[in-house]
Amino acid sequence: MPKAFLVDLSRCTACRGCQIACKQWHKLPAEKTKNVGSYQNPQDLSFTTYKLVRYSEHDVQDSVKWLFFPEQCRHCIDPPCKGMADDYDERAIVQDPETGAVIFTDFTKKIGDLNPEELCPYNIPRRDPITGIWSKCDMCLDRVQNGLLPACVQACPTGTMNFGEREDMLALAEKRLTELKKKYPDAQLLDPDDVSTIYLSIYPPSWYHKFAVASAKQPHTMNRAQALAKIFPALKHRVG
Amino acid sequence: MTNHWIDLKNSDVILVMGSNAASNHPISFKWVNRAKENGAKLISVDPRFTQTSTQADIYAPLRGGTDIAFLGGMIKYILDNNLYFKEYMVNYTNASFIVSKKFTFKDGLFSGYKEGDPDSAYRGKYDKSFWAFERDKNGNPKKDVSLKHKRCVFQLLKEHYKRYDLAKVSSVTGTPKDKLLEVYKTYSATGKPDKSATIMYAMGWTQHTVGVQNIRSMAMIQLLLGNIGVAGGGVNALRGESNVQGSTDHCLLWHIIPGYLSVPKSHLPTLKEYNDAYTPHCNDPKSANWWQNYPKYSVSLLRAMYPKTDQNVSYTWLPKADTGKTYTWLQLFDAMDKDEFKGFFAWGQNPACSGANSNKTRQALSKLDWMVNVNIFDNETGSFWHGPGMKPKDIKTEVFFLPCCTSIEKEGSITNSGRWMQWRTPGPKPLGQSKSDGHIICELTQKIKEKYAQGGVFADPILNLDIDSWQDQHGYSAVNTAKLINGYFLKDTEIKGKIYKKGTLVPSFAFLQDDGSTKSGNWLYCNSFTEKGNMAARMDKTQTPMQEKIGLYPQWSWCWPVNRRIIYNRASVDMKGTPYAPEKAVIAWNSTTQKWDGDVPDGGWAPGSKYAFIMRKEGFGQIFGPGREDGPFPEHYEPMECPVDKNPFSKQLRSPVAMAFAKEEKAVCDPRYPFVCSTYRVTEHWQTGLMTRHTPWLLEAQPQMFCEMSKELAKLRGIENGEKIMIESVRGKLWAVALVTSRFKPFEIMGTTVHQVGIPWHFGWQYPEDGSGGDAANLLTPSVGDPNTGIPETKAFMVNVRKAKEGEINA
Repeated sequence: MPKAFLVDLSRCTACRGCQIACKQWHKLPAEKTKNVGSYQNPQDLSFTTYKLVRYSEHDVQDSVKWLFFPEQCRHCIDPPCKGMADDYDERAIVQDPETGAVIFTDFTKKIGDLNPEELCPYNIPRRDPITGIWSKCDMCLDRVQNGLLPACVQACPTGTMNFGEREDMLALAEKRLTELKKKYPDAQLLDPDDVSTIYLSIYPPSWYHKFAVASAKQPHTMNRAQALAKIFPALKHRVG
Repeated sequence: MTNHWIDLKNSDVILVMGSNAASNHPISFKWVNRAKENGAKLISVDPRFTQTSTQADIYAPLRGGTDIAFLGGMIKYILDNNLYFKEYMVNYTNASFIVSKKFTFKDGLFSGYKEGDPDSAYRGKYDKSFWAFERDKNGNPKKDVSLKHKRCVFQLLKEHYKRYDLAKVSSVTGTPKDKLLEVYKTYSATGKPDKSATIMYAMGWTQHTVGVQNIRSMAMIQLLLGNIGVAGGGVNALRGESNVQGSTDHCLLWHIIPGYLSVPKSHLPTLKEYNDAYTPHCNDPKSANWWQNYPKYSVSLLRAMYPKTDQNVSYTWLPKADTGKTYTWLQLFDAMDKDEFKGFFAWGQNPACSGANSNKTRQALSKLDWMVNVNIFDNETGSFWHGPGMKPKDIKTEVFFLPCCTSIEKEGSITNSGRWMQWRTPGPKPLGQSKSDGHIICELTQKIKEKYAQGGVFADPILNLDIDSWQDQHGYSAVNTAKLINGYFLKDTEIKGKIYKKGTLVPSFAFLQDDGSTKSGNWLYCNSFTEKGNMAARMDKTQTPMQEKIGLYPQWSWCWPVNRRIIYNRASVDMKGTPYAPEKAVIAWNSTTQKWDGDVPDGGWAPGSKYAFIMRKEGFGQIFGPGREDGPFPEHYEPMECPVDKNPFSKQLRSPVAMAFAKEEKAVCDPRYPFVCSTYRVTEHWQTGLMTRHTPWLLEAQPQMFCEMSKELAKLRGIENGEKIMIESVRGKLWAVALVTSRFKPFEIMGTTVHQVGIPWHFGWQYPEDGSGGDAANLLTPSVGDPNTGIPETKAFMVNVRKAKEGEINA
């Protein structure tokens, strides 16, 4: 059964438990950072930072909005990155048929040095300049396959990060959306039909992050493998 | 906490003031969110718009150090609009007590005041006998339950706070009037019997020269609204360390010995005099006056230390504090600086960064002959001698470092803010030769005993101290220590017809004796480890339907006292034992069983037969609190360093009794230091950052000292966001990265603009080793403190911020 995250942004307090838990579970090294006049650090996703809480501040009339966006891979249902990577090597990016997790392998080095935006409408994956391998959130597939929650969800104290069967997450999303709409008319689910990481925002998505919703720039053209996969879903799984 | 973390979910209104709980106690928001789902309102009052504010229904800014003005205004609002819960107030608080004619309050001073001499640590002192209650022939306080007597507490309260009108409060706090009203109205709506509101506070309230009175103000509001003892109510201190509640219970502070017993004083040379001095007597049979059991607890503690020695003898072995003298943190470092003592154990602490006025602290360390630093890493304290500005060859202090293991490498208990004693089994083995604190203490004590066995001055207290019961064949034993803390019978004892065998564990503190037949390391924890086992290790979620409604899990871990999860819970019911809030009842009298259902009640007596506040001598919650050093009613005074030279509430600008070290300069309305500054924490770091700065992922997320300031202030000083700037106070200076934000706004105070800035206090020069983190915020903070506790005023002091000069910052 496909899995999904629901990220309820109305509840995020930017404790960054998710950001640290991700690094801890994946044994990723810390980067040398500097404070640049913001709580946010690192400044961007990287080959060794799969999850990043982004901070933004907006003056709205007399008040200030301080918004937090725990950013990660959306695990698209039809991942454009895979469509692109398949042209280089079909082993580079695979999709777990069970959960829908989009997994980058060491064969991603065949993709070469692209602008991440060309690979992903959410600008997520990052390339290691030394090995040429690309990386990003793997849905903690090793944990999930063993009945555990992804590390970021396990660490979240507030109920911002949720994970489970896609069906259940969509139901929870609708329930929370209905409640939140009463107070926040702008509340919405971000690209819920296309992704497995569904964000629930209460302010305009662009206030949180430029790539909160899919960039329009991304050419959503399907390559041969994707087109075939649409016609023969079983084949797509075999590719994986 | 009077209540506990889960109980936050039962609140109708949650006030977060003096804390940034979302950031510093992230898990609390699990329960705050539950309350919000049930329709609760969240209020955030803070000088700075914080992570907590982002979640709030109402955000109200206030200038740091003006909480009493803010809360005093709320008291006036409650009284003016008759929003108090009158039945509760009359039955459970001292609102009806009549105060002596000697009590007066004139222009900021209570009666009984005497100014301190210039060499004293304190600015002055009150003779508290001026604030006594009038008493009847039995010695009980006179009352007027109609609340009309002009000297009853209720009328004095009205008189005291009539000055706290909206205009004056707003001019002092800088909080807009409409925001004040919105907060007052929302919060005081919980004066209805079935509604409750809670307060989540932390160091934002305590670290002021009026810290205790900040909390008193809130406790008074809770008593007026009937919010103490009820589900979703109480006065809830969010503790700053996972086990700070436990360490306080076991006498972290100088003035207490375990279980909140008083430190013996020099004018009390015998046990009898000591017990007589601290055991309250009340002639009202309806007052439980629980502290009347004091001698049982003090004697059992002496027997826990010296089981074979008559308690009258072992009492004489305890060190005595000089009568009239206090020994708080700031005074100890002042004494160290004056060469008054030679040796120092810095155990699990980092005073070179954590103590106020770090330059003074660091200089004081250089006066020592020796220091033993017990920690998981070397720190700015152990390495002070090669820190900034130090000349190592001129420093004689010899430093010993004892590496101890981390909390997860050892067995033991942690008592959380909600008073839950939770047992922890050890994880990985201690690294290298590091040892648990218990092992270090035991081995050290053993060595000291061996030395004294060869002769020494006043050797009895050391030679006779029983440390065998702390240990097993492998040395220190957390289990055996926990059992000793609970306590044992020292001989076969008959209580209410039942024999308790010598050597068995005492079932609860009601069984402790004052004749030397029981021993207990801490009476409050008696009941935590009994013949039924280790209560703190329980993980059973069984509950009754009544308990389920309020999220009460009586068989999950254990809680002091006697597993009572919400204290003062007899005040949650009326005189017949019927809950005021039936949907979230804490206890209820069961007329069939003739017992209480729900939580463990504050004493099992039938409803109405005893007063609710059993720890008070008279049995009543104290709206009038005559025991504090700075007055029975909280009064607004400016911080010791402040941006104004007038206090519109009185002629007393600052607390007349604060700890202040008169000879040290303070910035009062000083153009050199025009901005209010507050220190605080961030989620990513803990205390002085010793653990967290050494954790790469946390340092990655928060790498450097920063200073938050408004856009207006940045413009005034020509400061760009992200540039390194200088912050200076009377005492020191340090660099920080400017974080320019709309979340700080200038305040309008009595017609002038006042800016406030904020800095985290987690950094220190020693690590990261390249110096890129910056140094300690406490280089700036003053050595001034609350007159009751001595806690330093690090939440409101005066600084300047400016652009750095060429070459001034090398990091």
